[in-house]
Amino acid sequence: MTDFWIIATGTLVAVNCGLIGVFLILRRMAMVGDAISHAVLPGIVAAYLISNSRNSLIMLLGAAVFGMLTTFLIELFYKRARLQADASIGITFTWLFAIGVIMVSLFSGNVDLDQDCVLYGDIAYVPFDLIYYNESNLGPAPFWLQSGNLLAVLGLIIFGYRGLFITSFDESFARGLGISTGSWHYALMAAVSVTVVLSFNAVGAILVVAFLVVPPAAAYLISKSLHAMILLTSLFGAISAIGGFYLADWWSSSISAGMAVAAGIIFVIVFLFTAFRNAVWRKTHRKSFEKYELAD
Amino acid sequence: MGTFAFLRKKSLVGDAVAHALLPGVVLAFMLFGQKSLWVLFPGALIAGWLSLLSIEAITTYSRIKSDTAIAIVLSVFFAIGIVLLTHIQQGQYGNQSGLDAFLFGKAAAMLPRDIYLFFAVDTVIIFLVLLFYPYLKLYAFDPEYASSVGLPVKWLSFLLSTLTVLAVATGIQAVGVVLMAALIITPAAAARFLAGRLSQMLVWALIFGMTGAVGGVLISYSAPSMPTGPWIVVLLSIMAILTFIFAPGKGLYNRYLIRSGHQKKITDENIVKALYHLSNRGGKKRVSITELTASRRFEGSKLEAGIKRLLKNNLIQRTGNKIELTEKGFQEGARVVRLHRLWELYLNVRMNIAEDHVHHDAEAIEHIITPKLEAELIKELNYPVTDPHESEIPGIYQNRSND
Repeated sequence: MTDFWIIATGTLVAVNCGLIGVFLILRRMAMVGDAISHAVLPGIVAAYLISNSRNSLIMLLGAAVFGMLTTFLIELFYKRARLQADASIGITFTWLFAIGVIMVSLFSGNVDLDQDCVLYGDIAYVPFDLIYYNESNLGPAPFWLQSGNLLAVLGLIIFGYRGLFITSFDESFARGLGISTGSWHYALMAAVSVTVVLSFNAVGAILVVAFLVVPPAAAYLISKSLHAMILLTSLFGAISAIGGFYLADWWSSSISAGMAVAAGIIFVIVFLFTAFRNAVWRKTHRKSFEKYELAD
Repeated sequence: MGTFAFLRKKSLVGDAVAHALLPGVVLAFMLFGQKSLWVLFPGALIAGWLSLLSIEAITTYSRIKSDTAIAIVLSVFFAIGIVLLTHIQQGQYGNQSGLDAFLFGKAAAMLPRDIYLFFAVDTVIIFLVLLFYPYLKLYAFDPEYASSVGLPVKWLSFLLSTLTVLAVATGIQAVGVVLMAALIITPAAAARFLAGRLSQMLVWALIFGMTGAVGGVLISYSAPSMPTGPWIVVLLSIMAILTFIFAPGKGLYNRYLIRSGHQKKITDENIVKALYHLSNRGGKKRVSITELTASRRFEGSKLEAGIKRLLKNNLIQRTGNKIELTEKGFQEGARVVRLHRLWELYLNVRMNIAEDHVHHDAEAIEHIITPKLEAELIKELNYPVTDPHESEIPGIYQNRSND
């Protein structure tokens, strides 16, 4: 049963992050996801100091606020100070993360957030974080949180499909249609922040990026439509969660890192496959081209 | 360490390299079973190198964009590192506690022996940068030109990435994986605002980096629980943000000053011009504010401020609640109108633009034309008397007689 809950939660984390990540990749904002995942740290610490628990609404709010602050700061540096996009991302998130680390060490006496947890989470303890209702065991809290998040993400994608789709592929066209690109941008960023925070306990700040970026990138390589990309991303996410669990089990290592490595393996396989396919394609085409030339 | 301003458009690569060093460090530890930096350092270098190669491979052999490639390499390498690290924590490798320092950085925990190593590596970096400076400079700004003049671009890129990996590997022990990116990006970005040349930029980046480092160390000494690395980064960021705002030339504040200066000048000139038109038309020189705004629309607060400035500069004078142009103000009004009409004429005659299309353009350009340009225009149009709308161009006749 323990294994089941870990795998289930891991799968949900991977699918949630992957679904959001699809849009990040299409918007070429993969590193913004990375930045947000680091920069929510001060928000989490501050919320933790206020509320003294890890699974609270305040925590979510704090992190969401900092997530938005991050995107806002990046935009500000980029547009107002005319800094390069990558430099503005780099400055913003390292700065906020440094503040977060300082806060952790400043209040380390009364904060139960250790650096290991920040780094690679503690998905292994998920099954012990149970919630009870009328004395009957409903399963671990993170699992239900992730399910709720999945519903929210799916809701965003289904109801906002048109807006997200158009604004991701062609911003000026979207603006021409009268769709507010800015509000979709911030809606997506809010979704990124919330998802990152919810996944934070399970997989830690840095590995979230693996879940955000790697499965969608693999799906991106072999899919021809947004539909296919979303479905493949979920599939890859689920496989990497399950595979990663057994990988970690077999090699006795951190489970979340194992899942990220599994995602990496999937990516490498898909990457080699497409590279190989492209090479073959090029070769056959060259042959037919040569034939054509000879016949001529 | 702050010297790597070169990285310009690839600044996040530094972040990726920093994360990617972890598996190398841990593997080196596993293979040799000791924590000495002399063993871990080469491991880190190899891993950093591999990460750069994979980023290259992913972007060249698939349609994935570089930012995604960086994020993939960063997270997957890091995950491998964590897997290895947690694996060895399970036991059979004994004492591995020092490896954590590589993650979060413990500048205070460094041994003299380690510092010698860093010192040596830094010297090598600085030496190489100085040695290849002209080539690196060319490569950093325009790689295509560099390759067309026959520079070995592949080697330069190799050199630059090696230097990056070296710099990251030395810094990581001091400030940790995540914050290493800040050491690479932040001083360079701040320096960019202060310097116009690459060499100046390098010097500024060095100054920023060193101030931040010294400040961070001082803070962590004075308050024992304070971590060094994060404070260095916070100080660096604060300095960087201050430069973004206050830097002469490119800073936000300065650009704001320039812009508002322009706007003030435009308002003033427009007021003077409106007064000139009014006084020329009916021969009536004294004008109330209502009459002024009836002839041309002004924003209330701007008009007020403009009138105050003009009074101060003796361009207009006030009697009761009416204002009129002084002699100096009259000249100024004539100048603006002259520029306006000259430009209309120029557009009409030289550019073949219909005379009813030239007003808007002239309205904007009249505030920009310099005296030198004005003289050129007059000469070019052969001392004209009237504009396309048959109005007199003021002040040209006198100019001609002066010549």
